[in-house]
Amino acid sequence: MFSFCADPETLSGLTWVSCYLTTGKHMGFYASFGTVMLLLLVTAPTALLFGFGGAMAARSVVAPIRWFGKSYTSIVRGVPDIAFFLFFVIALDQGIEWMRHKVKCPDWPEAVRQGNDFVVCSEAKMPLSSSAQWVHEIYGFSLAVLTFAIVFGAFAANVLFGAMRAVPRAQIETAEAYGMSRRQAFWRILVPQMWVYALPGLSNLWMILIKATPLLFLLGVEDIVYWARELGGLKTNAFAYPHPDWRLWYFLGLLVFYLVLTRVSEIALARMMTKLTHGQATTGGEAQRKAAA
Amino acid sequence: MSCLETIQAYGLRSIGIGERLLPRSDFTLCDQFTLIGSGMIWNIYFGALALFIGFFMATGLALAKFSSNIWLRKPAEWFIFILRGSPLFIQFFLAYETFVLLPKVGVDINLGFAEITAETRWLTKAWLGALIVLFLNTAAYSGEIFYGALRSIPKGDVEAADAYGLTGWTRFKRIIWPTMLRLAWPAYTNEAIFLFHATTLVFFSGFPAWQQSGDALYYANYFADKTFNPFVPYPILAGYFILLTLSVITVFGLINRKLNRHLPQEQRRKMRIRPQFMR
Repeated sequence: MFSFCADPETLSGLTWVSCYLTTGKHMGFYASFGTVMLLLLVTAPTALLFGFGGAMAARSVVAPIRWFGKSYTSIVRGVPDIAFFLFFVIALDQGIEWMRHKVKCPDWPEAVRQGNDFVVCSEAKMPLSSSAQWVHEIYGFSLAVLTFAIVFGAFAANVLFGAMRAVPRAQIETAEAYGMSRRQAFWRILVPQMWVYALPGLSNLWMILIKATPLLFLLGVEDIVYWARELGGLKTNAFAYPHPDWRLWYFLGLLVFYLVLTRVSEIALARMMTKLTHGQATTGGEAQRKAAA
Repeated sequence: MSCLETIQAYGLRSIGIGERLLPRSDFTLCDQFTLIGSGMIWNIYFGALALFIGFFMATGLALAKFSSNIWLRKPAEWFIFILRGSPLFIQFFLAYETFVLLPKVGVDINLGFAEITAETRWLTKAWLGALIVLFLNTAAYSGEIFYGALRSIPKGDVEAADAYGLTGWTRFKRIIWPTMLRLAWPAYTNEAIFLFHATTLVFFSGFPAWQQSGDALYYANYFADKTFNPFVPYPILAGYFILLTLSVITVFGLINRKLNRHLPQEQRRKMRIRPQFMR
């Protein structure tokens, strides 16, 4: 990074620190914070979409769709999310490869599952073994995002389903009295009003999502936890920048990062709640009106 | 090996009793059910103990945060903020790295009937180190729930207690504490469920599984790795956890009924998922 970093052996004090903190590996560490933020920004809307779909399915008049929606929304209550993470990453990967295998090698003679092996033809591998490293990384990251979206979609479906039920029944009855169809009443009356009921749950979900991001490490993505362990570990004199076991300090850094992130979100979400409550026929809206008057 | 023999060999494998070597090939359904079930011992151990000890600390934290004394309030606020604001996963790593750095000493504790040597080395083992992290974590989350309940105790209840001449400890024990519990209980049930789920993180977060004795997820992951087939071990794990969740709901529901027994039927608060209180 800096010109004086050429020979780390001669450095000491502040220059050593500045050189140490700007090595290539540390740049990877800083970039992985970007990975976390990217995961958050991609997952949040996707999960919300999944959740909306799940909540709609759970309210469906068609019984099989309703059963599917109900089981999707209730499954996260019974089973630890981390089990889902570990499950979906392999299951999705195998599912994709299996489908590609069926399409690309229809006359493959052997079974895909042979005892303890999962064998597909080489054209069906995902990504192809010949593709570049970055393709593998992007694929791994996308699988992780999809997994997060499925799990958090189920949480969001829970919240949205509750919010849809919280909208006063009289509102829907009025819509029906005006001759709106079920679909119209849903999109024009229910959906615009449900957000204020959903927001406390959704804000909490956002917090859970933030706090779930270090689990990326378990899904095999090179995230901040991976780098903290990698960089913090004991470095002998064989390394350019030898130091004792500093993992504690790296993890303290991560702790502070997460505290700042959750605190900032908390403040932003509180502001949003104040905005959304404005003029609503809820106790919160009433309190705001009284305070202003 | 017949299924009964498998259960005898591996039923208590997770706490180090029974066959030493895990099955390596030809995994039967019975193998998977037994070992994953055996791992549940750890999940129940961590969850139940952390909840039990955490409950008392949570009450203390809630009272401290509610207190008007700044020396009590500020530390409680910071404690709750730090433990609720950061991921449990990071807390596990941080605690483990701290415990590893501690000097290795032993302290003799006289229990009256026997003398044991408590060693700081124990802190680096999951059974103590992870338990401490889980305990502090659940104390912070439940402390916040109890604090919220303390703030919503009806003013009239406290005034009535004052009118009866109840003060200090008696007023707390007979009026404030039961009311706080009653108001907080549905949310606290949620917390308990999610704490049991959080126990699956222990063996994936720095704390090593000594002699391959891990929790249910550890074994489920072991089978999924060996057979490369996630579709059997994870549903088994899910089944066990659904059973565990149902039992937690049943036990907490009974306590809820006891806490609400003086109220008219229709005023009783139903137990259902409260998304704003998920951890």
